[in-house]
Amino acid sequence: MIKDIEGKNQTINIEIELILEAIFNKYGYDFRNYSKAHVKRRLLNRLTASKLKSISELQHKILHESEFFEGLLRDLSINVTEMFRDPGFYLTMRKEVIPILKTYPFIKVWHAGCSTGEEVYSFALILKEEGLYDRTQIYATDFNHNVLDIAKKGIYPIDRIKEFTFNYQAAGGTQSFSDYYIANYNSVIYDQSLKKNIVFAEHNLVTDSVFAEVNLVICRNVLIYFNKELQNSVVNLFYESLVNGGYLGLGSKETITFTTKVDKFEVVNGDEKIYKKKII
Amino acid sequence: MSYRAIVIGASAGGFHALSKLITQLPEGFSLPVFVVQHISPSSDNYMVKFLNKLSKLRVKEADEKEKIKLGHIYIAPPNYHMLIEENHTISLSTEKKKNYSRPSIDILFETAAFAYGKSLIGVILTGANNDGAAGLQAIKIAGGYCIVQEPAEAEAEAMPTAAIEHAKPHKILKLDEIAALLVELDNQVKQKK
Repeated sequence: MIKDIEGKNQTINIEIELILEAIFNKYGYDFRNYSKAHVKRRLLNRLTASKLKSISELQHKILHESEFFEGLLRDLSINVTEMFRDPGFYLTMRKEVIPILKTYPFIKVWHAGCSTGEEVYSFALILKEEGLYDRTQIYATDFNHNVLDIAKKGIYPIDRIKEFTFNYQAAGGTQSFSDYYIANYNSVIYDQSLKKNIVFAEHNLVTDSVFAEVNLVICRNVLIYFNKELQNSVVNLFYESLVNGGYLGLGSKETITFTTKVDKFEVVNGDEKIYKKKII
Repeated sequence: MSYRAIVIGASAGGFHALSKLITQLPEGFSLPVFVVQHISPSSDNYMVKFLNKLSKLRVKEADEKEKIKLGHIYIAPPNYHMLIEENHTISLSTEKKKNYSRPSIDILFETAAFAYGKSLIGVILTGANNDGAAGLQAIKIAGGYCIVQEPAEAEAEAMPTAAIEHAKPHKILKLDEIAALLVELDNQVKQKK
């Protein structure tokens, strides 16, 4: 019986590989180099939730019902985010990175994998407080157009506003956080002037290439869903996108240690995973 | 039976229980151990430091894409799920909470069950919710060995009770007995090598 289970797991893995291949061919989204444990969890959860009997049924639905695929796309792209997530990251940006960026006449910032946009507005707000916003162009990108639509609107549920106010203060906020949003029924709308210099656009880190030369790349809690090979190619993409002396900010558990560019960056802050592209 | 890894889940009262259990694992203990202890998202790595000082084995916070080493004890970082890859590396995830928890015991146990199949030992300790019950069942179905702390001994009995009802474990034991059993199973593994 145990033998059966091992054989079954092997079959599941083969079927998952086939599904990922099929998704890539049909829809152009490439999950083949995502963390296998992550993809397997998401697909099997979707299988259970949809009350389907087998992975082959799942494959049929993915290929023939684009709406079903959209749901799966939401599962595979993790969109858990918040205002000023990991306040220490923003505090360090404010203290150690923004003072250097201020020496440039004009800067470009790329938020890669921006999801529903909370962290884009968080950073824009800090730039504003630091007097740098009007000299900044922000590109906020994600491969999932559904989350970009939410990001563009900048309207979020009100339920976590207390937590975000706390985060804002811990991130070195200098004003009253409530000055930056209007509460309306169950929603908050962030200061619309923060949108002025933000361009939201679709960009897929796995399949698309460099699209701008920037002074700062922020990409948080995206690389953890990739395998080592894909992490390496994405860090290389960031390297190519950065000006000499440009900065890279990752999620607190992410690292460039396993990539081929490890020697091409210096560590600005190891705890907050902020790196600087070495000047050649 | 040749085991290759141990997963442990603990919640309320878990810090004390883990201290007691981990200190009884002797030098040279060979199986890697993965631990999810429910913990506040903003806590520092005090628990890891404390357990590392106490333990004869290396206790560390799990790093993203880390290669799993023998005789190491890996603790899931606060606010991240810990997943075991089938190529025996660790992945972290910020996906939404499961059973109101991140890290979630179920997510560790379910992914470890795929990665190690029948060669996995799952242990549920004290806790006040039912995280880990589904995960332990996944280990059982995959042919692994399931142990639950005796609810009467646990500081909070809800979690072990839920795991017992859900997964029908092989053994229900006191902490000291769990430690002794893990050492015995590890010795069997070493003798086979």
